[in-house]
Amino acid sequence: MKAKVLLSLVLLCGSLAAPTARAGDAASAPSPAPAACELPSYLLTSESQLPRVADAIKAGKPLDILVIGSRSTTIPSSESSSYPARMEAILKEKLPPSEVVHVSVEIQSKKTAEETASTFVKLMEAKTPTLVIWQTGTVDAIRSIDPDEFRGALTDGVVALQKAGADVVLMNLQYSPRTETMISAQPFLDNMRVVAQEHDIPLFDRFAIMRQWNEQGQFDLFNPSRGPELAKQVHDCLGRALAQFVIDAAHLEPAQQQN
Amino acid sequence: MTIADQVTGSTIAGTAGAKPAGTKLRAAAPAITLPAIGERELRLDLFRGLALWLIFIDHLPPSLLTWFTIRNYGLSDATEIFIFISGYTAAFVYGRAMLESGVLIATARILRRVWQIYVAHVFLFTIFLAEISYVATRFENPLYTEEMGIMDFLKQPDVTIVQALLLRFRPVNMDVLPLYIVLMLALPLILWSMKWRPDVTLGLSVVLYAVTWEYDLYLSAYPNGFWAFNPFAWQLLFVFGAWCALGGARRMSRILASNVTMWISIAYLVAAFYVTLTWYVPQLSQFMPKRIEQWMYPIDKTDLDVLRFTHFLALAALTVRFLPRDWPGLKSRWLRPLILCGQHSLEIFCLGVFLAFAGHFVLAEVSGGPVMHALISLSGILIMWGVAWIISWYKRVADKSGAKTKNAVGNADLAGGG
Repeated sequence: MKAKVLLSLVLLCGSLAAPTARAGDAASAPSPAPAACELPSYLLTSESQLPRVADAIKAGKPLDILVIGSRSTTIPSSESSSYPARMEAILKEKLPPSEVVHVSVEIQSKKTAEETASTFVKLMEAKTPTLVIWQTGTVDAIRSIDPDEFRGALTDGVVALQKAGADVVLMNLQYSPRTETMISAQPFLDNMRVVAQEHDIPLFDRFAIMRQWNEQGQFDLFNPSRGPELAKQVHDCLGRALAQFVIDAAHLEPAQQQN
Repeated sequence: MTIADQVTGSTIAGTAGAKPAGTKLRAAAPAITLPAIGERELRLDLFRGLALWLIFIDHLPPSLLTWFTIRNYGLSDATEIFIFISGYTAAFVYGRAMLESGVLIATARILRRVWQIYVAHVFLFTIFLAEISYVATRFENPLYTEEMGIMDFLKQPDVTIVQALLLRFRPVNMDVLPLYIVLMLALPLILWSMKWRPDVTLGLSVVLYAVTWEYDLYLSAYPNGFWAFNPFAWQLLFVFGAWCALGGARRMSRILASNVTMWISIAYLVAAFYVTLTWYVPQLSQFMPKRIEQWMYPIDKTDLDVLRFTHFLALAALTVRFLPRDWPGLKSRWLRPLILCGQHSLEIFCLGVFLAFAGHFVLAEVSGGPVMHALISLSGILIMWGVAWIISWYKRVADKSGAKTKNAVGNADLAGGG
């Protein structure tokens, strides 16, 4: 494990040296994050920004977030523990009490990125969110869609969302060690990174984050248990990480945060 | 004599050029040259063995050992080594067969090999089916209800299994053998054309590669998408390997020995290393000009990106330069395990894929700690070595009691790979 420890040290030093002003956040947050949620800060930061989110909060306008996802956005039969709900709760804690935060979820079960993206124009007419978090890739990976087509669909989707006036965050696949031999995630992860880079939008690296937890032993993602406990904990941590990620990418001054 | 003869120089004694005159082959033979018989190129075995180990490790979930595989240090990976060496050895063995026994016999032998690889592939698919069915019925973590959608294909085995037999449905990690089957199917044509004009053949291969990129040629897969290794693109590496085996390497020796080549290769490898470093240390990517990033990405493995191909060329150039054919280390017993594995590549490749499945299974069902992980990787490699040793031993024994003519036909193992 030496090499890995060394690498994480290097990464850690690198991210400490990076000019971020969030050192004290986690410690002084109203509800301290469980130790299991701990992540190296490079997984929670992005070079790309969320200007519309920043403006909305500065102007005291409500923050309306839409999560477009699939079945892994939710936990069967416990909606309030899923990561969008947890993110909403944490954002409400972290942002000033006057800030209205509303998170809605749009589930596109068993739809590829292309099928999902084709609904965006209508979807954005019905809702006008400040921020769209688009979680995708799993269905495409399962069906081994042509990665080029996938990239095209991603691009179309992101452009449509941006045209409708929203900031966009892309969220990639879950890390699922059990199905690693059966689902080839890499091309889809790569393409999501590329599209995020091309459009200068933040990518929430759910895959790397969950793998980090699994490797550091915070969660045992191989666990075959049928109970919802593990899923609830993982979603809680994902929600926290996502809230932190959004706040960071919006470059909010400490004064605009609760703490 | 043909024009090609002037380019290639004389053939080496003991090869087809020295065959009795009067056969049809005689006139065409000198277009290619083969190394003298009986001298096994241990470097090929060594690196193919290494590629097999690396492929095995890369097929396991990431662990400490993964950091030793070359894909973390550059753009190309073990697949390139594997396909190149497979092209080299296949051309070496079957090229000789074609010169000595004629096109028909050589083609028949190649097809026999293709059949063996196909059977091996179907065998691996069966194991995969067993694993996936087991997981599908035992694993119900609500966190992963979506990922379990992968099992949907089990609901229609009538379609899936037929598609698998047609090589169109290929689960993860089972892409190399179908690629190899297609390349081997094309081998009679490649060799026949090489016998005529090696350089033209290589040129045609480059053209096909370029056309593939320009017009987006591909083989479709089931249920959708396409082959993860596009044979129309990857044939370039295979044909290049064949070209090297049939005298190209010797003709390039001047270029390979020049210092300019060496420095260009080193510079390219360092640059590629820096690029890979930015994947693991994201902080570094701010020193990477956005324009270069946009031009460079995505580095396409499916269509054998030019950057990957050149990376392999640079690696190969340096290897040939700094690791001479008669390097005494090749005979050392420390490298023996690698060489043994490389000598029985089809068997060991299949074993590696199987062991990777089995390793996943143990990690999932027994325990997933780093100690277990290291144990699985190490015992996998030991098993590969052990089996390679047993196969060697068996062949030796069988050869002693069997026909002695085998050597004259060429060792079929050498053409292995998978």
